[in-house]
Amino acid sequence: MSDAPMNERRSGANLSVPNADALDKAADVEGRSLWQDAFRRLQANRAAMISAIVLIVLAFICFVGPAFVPWSYEEIDWDILEATPPNFETGHYLGTDSLGRDLLARILQGGQVSFLVGILATSVALVIGVAVGATAGFMGGRVDQFLMRFVDVMYAVPLMFFIIILMVVFGRNFYLMFLAIGFVEWLTMSRIVRGQTLTLKNKEFIEAARASGGSTASIILRHIVPNVLGVVIVYVTLTIPQVILLESFLSFLGLGVQPPMTSWGALIAEGAQEMEITPRTLILPAVCLSTTLFCFNFLGDGLRDALDPKDR
Amino acid sequence: MWAYFTRRLIIAIPTLWVVITVAFFLMRLAPGGPFDQEAPLPPEIMANLKAAYGLDQPLWWQYFNYLGNLLQGDFGPSFKYKDFSVTELIGQGFPVSIQNGAAALFIAILFGIPLGTMAALRQNTGADHAAMTVAMTGIVVPNFVVGPLLALIFGIYLRDTMFALPVAGWNNGAFPNRILPVICLALPFIAYIARITRASLIETLRTNYVRTARAKGLPFRMVILRHAFKSAMIPVVTYLGPATVFLLTGSMVIETIFGLPGIGRYFVQGALNRDYTLVMGVTILAASMVIFINLLVDMTYAWLDPKVRYE
Amino acid sequence: MTSVLEIDGLTVSFSTPDGDVSAVSDVSLSVEAGECLGLVGESGSGKSQTFMAAMGLLADNGTATGEIRLDGIDLLSANEKKLNTLRGERIAMIFQDPMTSLTPHMKIGRQLSEVLIEHQKVDARTGRARALDMLNRVHIPEAERRLDMYPHELSGGLRQRVMIAMALMCEPEVIVADEPTTALDVTVQAQILDLLAEVKDNLDAAIVLITHDLGVVAGLADRVAVMYAGRIVEQGTVGDIFALPAHPYTQGLLACTPRLDVETEALVTISGQPPNLQNLPSGCSFHPRCKYVVDQCKSERPALEAMDNGHIRACFRPHVEVAQ
Ligand SMILES: Nc1ncnc2c1ncn2[C@@H]1O[C@H](COP(=O)(O)OP(=O)(O)O)[C@@H](O)[C@H]1O
Ligand SMILES: [Mg+2]
Repeated sequence: MSDAPMNERRSGANLSVPNADALDKAADVEGRSLWQDAFRRLQANRAAMISAIVLIVLAFICFVGPAFVPWSYEEIDWDILEATPPNFETGHYLGTDSLGRDLLARILQGGQVSFLVGILATSVALVIGVAVGATAGFMGGRVDQFLMRFVDVMYAVPLMFFIIILMVVFGRNFYLMFLAIGFVEWLTMSRIVRGQTLTLKNKEFIEAARASGGSTASIILRHIVPNVLGVVIVYVTLTIPQVILLESFLSFLGLGVQPPMTSWGALIAEGAQEMEITPRTLILPAVCLSTTLFCFNFLGDGLRDALDPKDR
Repeated sequence: MWAYFTRRLIIAIPTLWVVITVAFFLMRLAPGGPFDQEAPLPPEIMANLKAAYGLDQPLWWQYFNYLGNLLQGDFGPSFKYKDFSVTELIGQGFPVSIQNGAAALFIAILFGIPLGTMAALRQNTGADHAAMTVAMTGIVVPNFVVGPLLALIFGIYLRDTMFALPVAGWNNGAFPNRILPVICLALPFIAYIARITRASLIETLRTNYVRTARAKGLPFRMVILRHAFKSAMIPVVTYLGPATVFLLTGSMVIETIFGLPGIGRYFVQGALNRDYTLVMGVTILAASMVIFINLLVDMTYAWLDPKVRYE
Repeated sequence: MTSVLEIDGLTVSFSTPDGDVSAVSDVSLSVEAGECLGLVGESGSGKSQTFMAAMGLLADNGTATGEIRLDGIDLLSANEKKLNTLRGERIAMIFQDPMTSLTPHMKIGRQLSEVLIEHQKVDARTGRARALDMLNRVHIPEAERRLDMYPHELSGGLRQRVMIAMALMCEPEVIVADEPTTALDVTVQAQILDLLAEVKDNLDAAIVLITHDLGVVAGLADRVAVMYAGRIVEQGTVGDIFALPAHPYTQGLLACTPRLDVETEALVTISGQPPNLQNLPSGCSFHPRCKYVVDQCKSERPALEAMDNGHIRACFRPHVEVAQ
């Protein structure tokens, strides 16, 4: 007995290997309960839940609110023509800016621009990032090498400068802005998706799907995309505030949205000119912007904690 | 290792060339030129101006001419600052920006790493949550908000007290003039570094080799400093690449707010005025800096992780 | 002989957002100087956590109750400072994964000598000389050169030798080897086991050999304890465990271990899933997978009962019935 076999030793109590079909189903079930667990954990996270509610309320106010504000964002109140404190009689609930435009209406309009840019630019980044990342990860080989080398090169370029050049060259066009921002933000997304795809590619249920004769496209759609989704949702939630920040930065420098349209960044720039007399014109849009960024970040962190099984 | 860096340098050249080429043709695609003004100039003056700057030549000629001059360190004349060449402007502006950036980087490391370390060691306690909420605030309150606010507080509200600080101008780099811009640039940076340090140290503390070090009976301080810290710094070093970009864009904001004669402000002014050569010059400089810093980061890796050293 | 390490009624649980995990329940074990105790069980059965508790290395969310005494000193109530005078000096642990258990940015020599420098206050030169000596003793070729190498420059087998050398630096009274061969190639596994056998013969240390593989234990251990779902289900001399396994789980494990001396047709496995520690089955934790299950097993938990020769087991069924 003491000369028990030293080689050919296999691990002790192995479970028998279930068939591929069962594994496929197991993966689905696992997927569902993973989402349920994640949702429960997210609900338990107070900061994240409060952030989500604040964001929904803020977005709602920005898009629906203007209907209830007596002034539009571009309308100049010719009776005033200067910055004034809040006045309910004239309907300037938060006062006016230095040109006599309604501050509340402008902040709401600025919020619309921020939310829209945040969502549209992130969608652009998402589509490109997922397409490139999943393709690179799944195809591997030359394609992968080429795409990732390209991403590396793009990383080494200060793209902010190019966004600004683009904005200058093609005029400060709203659509161009979110396209340009989206084109910058997809890089990280593609890396994350590629990494996820690589780890998933070799998991059993993908092997099983491949063995049972699924086409590459259907494997990507049915198995890879849903599994990558968790990470992507987290990253999207964290990209939106970055994009909003970027837009505000451009607008602050006068390179973003053009008057009379406005955005929180542009309002902050205007406010900074007036702050000596009316700090309100600086502080109110700044608070809105910071709150939004804060909430997106907390929500993103919360989602990450909820979806990352490592951090139980 | 040297072969590796040579290879990196060789890759850097085409990257830079792509940057130059794309920027050059993008700028030239722009409708309207640098001499467009509200009242149009008489045609013959316009033609003279264009000839003086070589803009009447074919595009390809301008391109190769530009490349040729670039190789000799000549970025061409500025279109708007008529008496200066871009090289001169950059020569004046670059030191200002680099000094502010380096000071901000230094402050950020000095405060960010200890803050993140402390948070990691007290993970999930009140102190940790407080530190990370403050850090998050530093990130979500952008420096174009902090800048005006600081200017409001120190330049206006505290104007007549001992805390008053200059809020505009460079004054040849006088110390008080640097304080607010550097703080403004450093704040979000401290926050990022603290967050990265915290996350990475927590990760490192979970590694098997930290467990081994503890199993050896080493005091906790020694476990952290000798076994955990070096690896935990890898993501922080990695962040220095993006941080350079961050400092460059940050310099656009603070130099605009505080009226500093740095390359960030030149770039913004250049972009608003369609000062092609100035914008190109700063872009090329920025790209070279990012490439250079990434190279430095790689060298630091080799020191932090012996595996890299031998590959 | 008295035991150097005594574990008495140890319970380890982890609090997680999804409920408490009881990783170790009411475990009692002891080892004597010069003796090798094998601790066997499927992965997840609580073998490692038992000794992580002894080393004071439980994760932050874990708590241990009961008693663990090293030569009379209570380890569970010792503070970090006290523990640090014992860990590495009087009780040492070798971990499963040699690839990740050494600090990547430190040279081997320094990682070895720092144990001595810390505990015995020797100077750096003595530390280095002793490290070299120890590398030779664990048969690392070209030991002198290895001192100045980084972990990634060594193979897995060599790294595990370094881990063993590190554990031996202060000649501790207790050495815990947690799956020391699991991560290694088969041929290297045998070499490491030979080295451990040599350590056992040359030192008077108590050795705990943790493994999920009965085959590993066979050549080395004097006594074997079998763990299932956080509890000891059987314990006895290595001879008794292999010849007269008295718990159905031990029998299952034995049947899974391929042996050259017995013709086996196919690799036998224990059917069913390892238990969920958050929601253990009622009664005997093993009953859902047991061939010999009776109603009593589902409602009551069998206590450890003594048989002859210090052999104990926790099972309601008579031994004869259970024996194959
Ligand atoms: N920090 C922790 N939090 C929650 N559960 C844990 C933790 N550490 C270990 N466990 C659980 O304790 C159980 C026993 O683990 P362990 O002792 O490592 O098993 P093994 O017998 O394989 O060495 C496992 O099921 C594991 O999931
Ligand atoms: Mg284990």
